[in-house]
Amino acid sequence: MSEEPRIGVFVCHCGINIGGYVDVPKIVEYSMTLPDVVYAEPNLYTCSSDGLQKIKEAIEKHNLNRVVVASCTPRTHEPLFQGACEEAGLNKYLFEMANIRDQCSWVHMHEPEKATQKAKDLVRMAVAKARLLTPGDEPEIDIHPTGLVIGGGVSGMTAALSLMNQGFKVHLVEKADKLGGALNELGTLFPTNVKAGELLRPLIKGVEESPDIVVHLNSALKEVKGFLGNFEAEIESKEGSERFEVGTVIVATGADYLDPVGLFGYGEVHGVVTQLELEQKMKEGSLGDVKSVVMVQCAGSRIEERPYCSRICCTEAMKNASLLKEEDPDRDIYILYRDLQTYGIEYTEMEWDAKRKGVKLVKYDKARPPVVTRGERGPMVKVWASLLNEELTIEPDLVVLSAPLVPNPDNKTLSQQLKVPLNSDGFFMEAHVKLRPLDFATDGIFVCGTAHSPKEVAESISQAKGAASRAGIPMAKGRVRAAAITAVVDEDRCCGCGICIELCPYNAITKDEMGIARVTSVVCKGCGVCGASCPERAITMRHFTNEQLEAQGLAALGRVVD
Amino acid sequence: MTDFEPKIVGFLCNWCSYAGADLAGVSRFQYPPNLRVIRVMCSGRVHPAHIMEAFKNGADGVLVAGCHPPNDCHYISGNLKAQRRVALLKMLMAQLGLDPERLRLEWISAAEGDKFARVIREMVSNLKELGPSPLHDSEAVIAGDD
Repeated sequence: MSEEPRIGVFVCHCGINIGGYVDVPKIVEYSMTLPDVVYAEPNLYTCSSDGLQKIKEAIEKHNLNRVVVASCTPRTHEPLFQGACEEAGLNKYLFEMANIRDQCSWVHMHEPEKATQKAKDLVRMAVAKARLLTPGDEPEIDIHPTGLVIGGGVSGMTAALSLMNQGFKVHLVEKADKLGGALNELGTLFPTNVKAGELLRPLIKGVEESPDIVVHLNSALKEVKGFLGNFEAEIESKEGSERFEVGTVIVATGADYLDPVGLFGYGEVHGVVTQLELEQKMKEGSLGDVKSVVMVQCAGSRIEERPYCSRICCTEAMKNASLLKEEDPDRDIYILYRDLQTYGIEYTEMEWDAKRKGVKLVKYDKARPPVVTRGERGPMVKVWASLLNEELTIEPDLVVLSAPLVPNPDNKTLSQQLKVPLNSDGFFMEAHVKLRPLDFATDGIFVCGTAHSPKEVAESISQAKGAASRAGIPMAKGRVRAAAITAVVDEDRCCGCGICIELCPYNAITKDEMGIARVTSVVCKGCGVCGASCPERAITMRHFTNEQLEAQGLAALGRVVD
Repeated sequence: MTDFEPKIVGFLCNWCSYAGADLAGVSRFQYPPNLRVIRVMCSGRVHPAHIMEAFKNGADGVLVAGCHPPNDCHYISGNLKAQRRVALLKMLMAQLGLDPERLRLEWISAAEGDKFARVIREMVSNLKELGPSPLHDSEAVIAGDD
C-alpha cells in the first residue's frame, strides 16, 4: 500500500468493565503519541450502534486507512468492527484489535495502574501491527447445500427436519439401532405430561418419510475433513464405511444419565432407584405397591467432582412426585433437596402444584447429606433437616435418586474429530454464551440439545431449531467468502527445498514446473506452519506476517520503530 | 531482585490458548500483569526467529501456547510442529547461555482459563528467581537474518 498509514484508535470503556480499572482517557491520550495515529477517541461501548457509527464517521472525516479498537476479544467482536470498517469503505483486513478487557482489565482488577500500563502496551502493539496491515482479497467458496446432523434424538431429529424444511438435504447419523435417543427411555415430559413416545412419533415419522433426509443407524462418525461449505465426512457401520460431502455440521449427540453406583445406597440397598428407573416402572405399570417414596436431589451433581447443576432434576422430581400423588393421594412423598431450582413460569407452578398435593420438601446440607442404609423392611433414610435443625428418619418403600445428566462418553472423540472444544465438565462449548450460543468458533459447525449442557426437551427443541437456522444461513447463500488469511510464496526467494510442502497439513502447496512452491489459496487454511518453516523466509502468511509479528514483539517490549 | 518485574511475550494460538486466556478474564482469574500477548492462528505459526527476536529485544521469558496434543489442534498437527521447534530451540538457547527455562511451551484449551492464569503466575515467579535475561542490553545478534 503506497498510502501513508493514517490510524484511528477507539478505546472502549465497556461500561465499567474496562473503564473501572483502566484509565481510558490516558490510553486515548497515549494513542495519539504513537506513530501514524492521527485520531483517537474514547467510547462508552464501541460495539454499540452509536460506537460503530463513530468509527464510520471518523474514517470519513479523518481519512483513516487503518482502524484499531481497544476493547474486548477479537474472537467475538472482530467481525462486528470489521463490518463497520467495510461499511465505510475500508477493507476489513486494515483493522486490528487490542484486547484490553478479557486479557487486561478483568485479570488485573486490583492493579489499576499496572493494568493501564499494560493496556498502553497492548494498544502500542496493535498500532505497530496496524501500520503494516495490507488489504485482503477474500476468495469465494461454494457451499454444499447438505447438512450433517450427528445424533438422532429429539434435538437431532428436530434440527434435521428444520434443515429439510429450509430446502436442504440432510444426513442424520445415529449410533443406536433406532431414532429417538434418550426420550425412548422416558415416560412423560414436563410441564404438560405429554408421553415421550407421543412427542417422538411424528418426529420419527417425519424424518423417516422425508426423501431429503438420509438416516444412518448403527453408525458413527469416523472422520471429518474440510471446512465450512466443503466438509467431507466418513461414517462407519457394520456394513462398512461411507463418505459424503456436507456444507455444515450440527452436533446433537445428547447426554447420558449418571449411573450413581455407590451413592445413597444405589446398587447396595434394595429399593434404591434413579428417576429414570422410576419413570420406566411408571410407564410399564410395574411400580407395585409403593406407599412411600423419598427422592434425593443432587445425587451426584453440584459436588467437587461434578460441580454443575443438571437443570432438569428439580422439575423432573416435582413432575414424578405429582404423578405419584395423583395415582394415590395417600402416598407419602418426600423430596430431599439442597436448593430448589424449578426456574421460570411453568416449573415454579409445578413446584406449587406438588406442594398443594402434599409432597413434603426437606432441605438438607451438602455437608451432611442423607444416608441410605438397609432397614428392617426396606431402605432407611436418615437426613439432617437443616430448616428443622433435627435429624429425620424415614423408612420408605422406594428411594429415588435424581441423578444428573453427564456428558456423552463419545464427546471427547467427536470434539477432536471436529476440532471443537469441550468445557471443563465435558460438554460441548459454544463460541460465546450470549453472542454465538449455537455456533462453535469453527465456522460451519453448530451445537444443540444436551450435548451442550443439561436441559429439558423444550429447550433442546428451541436450540435445535436455532442451530438449524444458523446452519441454513451459509447454505441458503450458496457461497461464502473465506478468510484472506492464507500463505503466499515469494518466487524470487523460494529455493524449492520443499519443506513447506511436506509440512502443510492440507496439501495446499505444490511445486510448479520451475521447482518453486505454489500455494492454492482456497485449500490453504491459514495455520502458518509453512511460514514458520521456510529457511528463506520466502513465505508470507497474510495478516500474520513475520514483519507484523516481529513489530508486535518489539512494541510489546517497549520499542517503537519509526 | 525483589523489584524485578519480568517481561513476558506470549504467542497464543487463536483457537485454544487465546480462548483460554479470554476465559481467564471472563472468570476473573487474576494473574500478574507481566504478559504481552501476540495472537497467532496456530502455535505452529511461531518461527524460532520470532522467539529469539523477543529475547534479543528484552524479553525475560517467552510463552508459546497451543492446543492439547495429539488431536485438539485446529490445523491437525501445528501444535506438534511447535513442540518439535521449541525442543530444538531450547537446546540452542542453552548453547547461547540463555536458560531454556525462559522459554515455555504449554497446552491450554479454550476451557482452561484456570490453567492459563496458573501458568502465568508460575512463569512470573520462576522468572523472578532467574532474574533479568542476560541478553538485556546485549549487542549480541542471535536471530538469523534481518
